[in-house]
Amino acid sequence: MYDSGKIIVGLIIFVGLFTSPFWYDANSKAGEKPDLVLPAKENQKACVESAAFMRSSHMVLLNDWRNEFVRENVTTYTSSNGKTYDMSLTNTCMNCHSNSSQFCDRCHTYMDVSPYCWDCHIEPNNPESSK
Amino acid sequence: MNIDRRKFFKILGFSTIGLAAGKLSNIYSKNKVVKFISKTAGSSKEFISKRILAKKRYAMVVDLRKCISQQGCTKCIDACNRTHNIPDFGEDKDEIKWIWKEPYENTFVDQENFYMTEKYNDKMVPVFCNNCDNPPCVNVCPTQATWQRDDGIVMMDWHRCIGCRYCMAACPYGSRSFNWRDPRPFIKNINPDFPTRMKGVVEKCTFCDERVSQGLSPACVEACTEKAMVFGNLNDSESEVRQLLKENFSIRRKPGLGTNPEIYYLV
Amino acid sequence: MLEYALKGNKKYWSWLFFLALVIIVGIYFYFRQLSYGLGITGMSRNISWGLYIAQFTFIVGVAASAVMVVLPYYLHDYKAFGKITILGEFLAIASVIMCILFVFVDLGQPWRVLNIFLYPTFHSLMFWDVIALSGYLVINVIITHVTLNSEFESIAPPRWIKPIIILSIPWAISIHTVTAFLLSGLAGRPFWLTAILAPRFLASAFSAGPALLVIFCLIIKKLTKFDPGDKAIKELGLIITYAMCVNVFFILMEFFTTLYSAIPEHVSHFQYLYLGLDGKTKLVPWMWTSAVLSVLSLVFLLIPKLRNNHRILIFTCSMVFLSIWIDKGLGLIITGFIPTPFGKVVQYWPTVPEALISLSIWAIGIFLITIFYKITLSVRRVLEI
Repeated sequence: MYDSGKIIVGLIIFVGLFTSPFWYDANSKAGEKPDLVLPAKENQKACVESAAFMRSSHMVLLNDWRNEFVRENVTTYTSSNGKTYDMSLTNTCMNCHSNSSQFCDRCHTYMDVSPYCWDCHIEPNNPESSK
Repeated sequence: MNIDRRKFFKILGFSTIGLAAGKLSNIYSKNKVVKFISKTAGSSKEFISKRILAKKRYAMVVDLRKCISQQGCTKCIDACNRTHNIPDFGEDKDEIKWIWKEPYENTFVDQENFYMTEKYNDKMVPVFCNNCDNPPCVNVCPTQATWQRDDGIVMMDWHRCIGCRYCMAACPYGSRSFNWRDPRPFIKNINPDFPTRMKGVVEKCTFCDERVSQGLSPACVEACTEKAMVFGNLNDSESEVRQLLKENFSIRRKPGLGTNPEIYYLV
Repeated sequence: MLEYALKGNKKYWSWLFFLALVIIVGIYFYFRQLSYGLGITGMSRNISWGLYIAQFTFIVGVAASAVMVVLPYYLHDYKAFGKITILGEFLAIASVIMCILFVFVDLGQPWRVLNIFLYPTFHSLMFWDVIALSGYLVINVIITHVTLNSEFESIAPPRWIKPIIILSIPWAISIHTVTAFLLSGLAGRPFWLTAILAPRFLASAFSAGPALLVIFCLIIKKLTKFDPGDKAIKELGLIITYAMCVNVFFILMEFFTTLYSAIPEHVSHFQYLYLGLDGKTKLVPWMWTSAVLSVLSLVFLLIPKLRNNHRILIFTCSMVFLSIWIDKGLGLIITGFIPTPFGKVVQYWPTVPEALISLSIWAIGIFLITIFYKITLSVRRVLEI
């Protein structure tokens, strides 16, 4: 090819720059799973749904709860294990996962998502916080 | 592949639109997943356990003969502000108010009467959202963030509101407020049982729909020591509101507009 | 054809650079607005729509006005407009984009704007306004692309473009009608609750839009070798004259119904605008300026010698544009809220961030027009490529 020297050198530089985030974080904690603080063993009954379901769909579940509660005035949810729960983030979910910065935020910060729940909803153990 | 620049951009544009359309349809279907699980897990009767099935029509009767707001009483206003985390910005421009008091001649601005009885010279009237039977705000909301519930209460969904303020323009009574900035720092004592709102959404009195759903009466009604405010179901002919309206003369704000407001003032 | 926008002389680039500066200032203040909230504007609980929606209302009119050159050319074979229909259509595209931007910056939760499409609400006029505006944008983008491309290739445009162009004519009427319906169906705002609001909107649109088009054509004539044609400018001038006559007539009709019936609810708005109410007179000098400008421009338009003199015409068209901008872009929306539903007079004035954001959206529109016209004129070889 023409100008092969320039092109190959340019390609190497480009690949280097493009993969630089991986090199930068090679020794950092970015590769580790986020450290979730789960509810203490004594309190732990069971979550509303299985951990696998929650991992993939808790956002959809919360959205659906929100619509059902606010718009349809339905207050209880029957989960796939047959039990009924109140459809409430602050009263049901936060009842067990009581500290959002040790549970919710761990994954959210890792994934760089910022759901704005606490802009309006009041954290049960931290009413003065605004996020 | 022989492709010119214009064709490349066309393909790029159309595939972006196609991907976006695909993602949108994804959103439509995802919401159904959870519904399917929860519906099949328990019978539909359990699922809809607390649904309001009876057809009610809630209304408020405010007895201006008993109300002492012109003497400085603000018990109903304070109760509402406390219960619902209403911020206090300290000035008019950004103010948020769900219930407040206005002079009589401003409340009933379409009933000019220069020879009004003297005892109404300084009369103040508690005003709040009329939760109209034919609400113009519901008519104009482009996302159904405000809608009318089966029992007549005009609801607000702060998750869906895009803050276009069309409802504020449509309301003939000035009942609605907008969060012009973040309200949290301006709330004196946060009530943990009710959410605050964020900047950029419209809010208003909803006849304490969260309390009414649990069988309680609105906070303002409970707080009034003069028993000047009565809340009830107009469809129940035995209710107190029906008795009051049967026995006393009542007026409403701007009835000629066809909104059918459901606050009846006894004068 | 896009590469024509990237080649230009010093004047072209310095003009674009100046506009880019204005745009960047506006973007900075928009981020301030996003973090502080809409309280950074002059809007309040009583005046909940302000400069943004007022500008939106005005510019929708300009967007609709392309129909004034498209209709004679395509429906009545009026050949004289042949060279300027595409200029009108490009003006429509830039205007619709400005409208969408003005509504967007006015939203309290702009990231939720897709809710309008996810939860369509057929009884809401705002939903239909969004549909109408988006549709009009798509139609005009297709039309301009196909017709300009055909000119570029020196071939006749394909036959299927004709029905789309014909469709743009009633669609243009509908975008401004639906914007008027947004306002004229509200029982709680007597200032807007008038059947003549939609016709007024159309009449003022068909005056202000072609006036702007004439100004653009005469500027281009000076800067390039492009000649829109004396006949086209003459006919446009005539269209503006008739439309302005109808516009002023409609305003006088409003005066009559309001003042003769003397219903306080209706009179109070006009009193606020032209005399002041409760001692509050912020908009009074503006409205009288608009009135004087409109009468003066009518005089200059009705006299053929003055109308056909291009140097006077550009001045007259500016008067028409300014007068209607004050009336629609300042007086109409804000006055709908004054007096409030409680009969009180609260005033509104835009703040500096609000004004700068609005200015930057205008700059975006003019930026787009500059690029569109540069491409068009380069394609026509009347501009150095």
